[in-house]
Amino acid sequence: MSLTASIQNPIRSVVRRRHRTREAAIGWLAVSPASILLICLLFGPAAAVILFSFTDWQLGAATFRFIGTENFAALWADPPFWKALINTCLYVAIVVPGTVGLGLAAALLIEASPGLRGFYRAVHFLPVMSTMSAMAVVWGTMLHPSIGLVNRVLAAFGVAGINWLRDERTALLALALIGIWQGFGFAMVLFVSGLKAVPQQLYDAAAVDGADGLVDRLRIVTLPMLGPVTMFVIILSASRAFEVFDSVRVLTQGGPNYASEVLLNRLYSESFDYLRTGYGAALTVVYLAIVIALTLAQARFIERRVHYS
Amino acid sequence: MAEIELRGIEKRYGETPILKGVSLKIKDGEFLTLVGPSGCGKSTLLRIISGLEDQDAGEVSVGGRPVDGARPKDRDVAMVFQSYALYPHLTVFDNIALPLRTRQLSFVQRLPLIGPLVPGRAGIERSIRVEVEQAAVMLDVAQLLHRKPGELSGGQRQRVALGRAMVRRPTVFLMDEPLSNLDARLRVQMRTEITSLHRRLGVTFVYVTHDQSEAMTMANRVAVMMAGELLQVGPPEELYRDPQDLRVAEMIGSPKINIVTRAHWTDNRSVLSAALAPQTRRLAFRPEAAVLTTPADELPNGTVTTLENLGSDIFVHVALRDGPETVVVRTAPDERRFSLGCTVGLKINAARLMQFDEAGRRCGDIERVAA
Repeated sequence: MSLTASIQNPIRSVVRRRHRTREAAIGWLAVSPASILLICLLFGPAAAVILFSFTDWQLGAATFRFIGTENFAALWADPPFWKALINTCLYVAIVVPGTVGLGLAAALLIEASPGLRGFYRAVHFLPVMSTMSAMAVVWGTMLHPSIGLVNRVLAAFGVAGINWLRDERTALLALALIGIWQGFGFAMVLFVSGLKAVPQQLYDAAAVDGADGLVDRLRIVTLPMLGPVTMFVIILSASRAFEVFDSVRVLTQGGPNYASEVLLNRLYSESFDYLRTGYGAALTVVYLAIVIALTLAQARFIERRVHYS
Repeated sequence: MAEIELRGIEKRYGETPILKGVSLKIKDGEFLTLVGPSGCGKSTLLRIISGLEDQDAGEVSVGGRPVDGARPKDRDVAMVFQSYALYPHLTVFDNIALPLRTRQLSFVQRLPLIGPLVPGRAGIERSIRVEVEQAAVMLDVAQLLHRKPGELSGGQRQRVALGRAMVRRPTVFLMDEPLSNLDARLRVQMRTEITSLHRRLGVTFVYVTHDQSEAMTMANRVAVMMAGELLQVGPPEELYRDPQDLRVAEMIGSPKINIVTRAHWTDNRSVLSAALAPQTRRLAFRPEAAVLTTPADELPNGTVTTLENLGSDIFVHVALRDGPETVVVRTAPDERRFSLGCTVGLKINAARLMQFDEAGRRCGDIERVAA
């Protein structure tokens, strides 16, 4: 018995080794389409952008030369860039709490009333499904200073409207409100699914423990149980808010006087309006760094979700 | 004082009646178990007592005070849930402290951030800490106070849930299958812990379970429920010795009671048959209420099909000769052994033979007929 085993063993291990290399080859083959696509469409362009950010290349130019960190130095000294960065952060700071708050409120209201749930859910989700640039045109009409619905309604109450999108004080705010309008439906859907996962026995326990008021129920059961979902919604809406572009491009082009300038619009203008590709690439690198940081934070927080079990 | 009185409780979900007029008096300080198969309405009845659900008809009073329509927190009841229902984001300490905080702290004092600034809170928090620690020591979870429920074992979570229930000294404890998520060994251990907790607290316990052995071992009185009705309420030994309904007889006791259809009872010569009531359709006896005889001169008789040796007892399964039934008889291991396939006669203790009529109700006991 042991004799046959010792004879068979080397053969078996050779077979196993051959088997293993074959398995590895199949593995590589299986991931190759995705890997090739990733390299061609993501890593390649990203590397190219980083490379260009150190050159003075202009779109269509035959030659370029390396100018070191000159583009970044120019960025650092460029007031519109800082304006765009600050505006983008402001935009995120308005849109994220707005989206999360409104999404949560809508989800709680929808789940609280038994009737027409599906209808309300669909209605609130519609803006998420729509094309932002098309919706931006609609909003542009609504916010038009003389014929827009908003100012007409205000006029009916005797309030003189302003030119929302052409006023330095309101342009960014108006864009942020449009951003909230577009995004909160998605947050709502995530919150609704989170609410469904809250065990009823926890509400029962809270009721017996004396926490049966609206605020206590929210504070002791609902909000803590929605914690992981909320974190996810915050990260998601933050990364969506950072890439705000369509509404800005269509409605304000970053104006007036850079009051609604944001990173992606700055990037687009520099790269494709003024054809300063190298400079645009440097902007892109900055933008990429922010997005990567957000993505890493997201991965970290999603890992941490396991702490409720 | 907290006796509980239920009068004509009815509950239906849509068209389905869940409770069909349940009336029950639970004495102060009593440990009452509601036992029944799943879906019989026992948990619904408990939820109606707690106020988590409203009855469609009937009245509930706790401590002589009607509580119909009162919210759970106003009924002075505590509840332990099957899933423990601990707040996963709170530590064990905060879980146990929550019922005290919601009652003793004002709304503003309970708010995060602002709450700690409100005068008076620190003193209340100190007394809460003392009470939580007392409860934790009593339940042997004092070393776990800083942990979250996710880091605890099932048995520890159960203790924390008990602690959260007892910390504010309610006069009524309601428990909804609290042990059914635990493994068998721990379940037996927790049984004794809960009964000793009952003795120490001296308050009314209402305990829902589908496990008859829990009901029998823990309770002062057992209420057997089936299909939305109370079949019988009484001390465990009474339910075991003197069930008034065939379904109660079947539910209580392990191994199950032996039931034989009268038509298969071909014991024409014995006194037993002569003494049976005319309306009797089924006969029942406990495994220890009969002895086996060989030769099988006593009728009825049958063939030994299985021997279950538990060490302390041997349960002998006998397939009856004249019917499809198999009866189980307990024998002591030092008695003479019966071998598989041998024919044995059944000698039944007439005083412990129970008769049931067509509807499954108890009828014509031997003594009563003889007297």
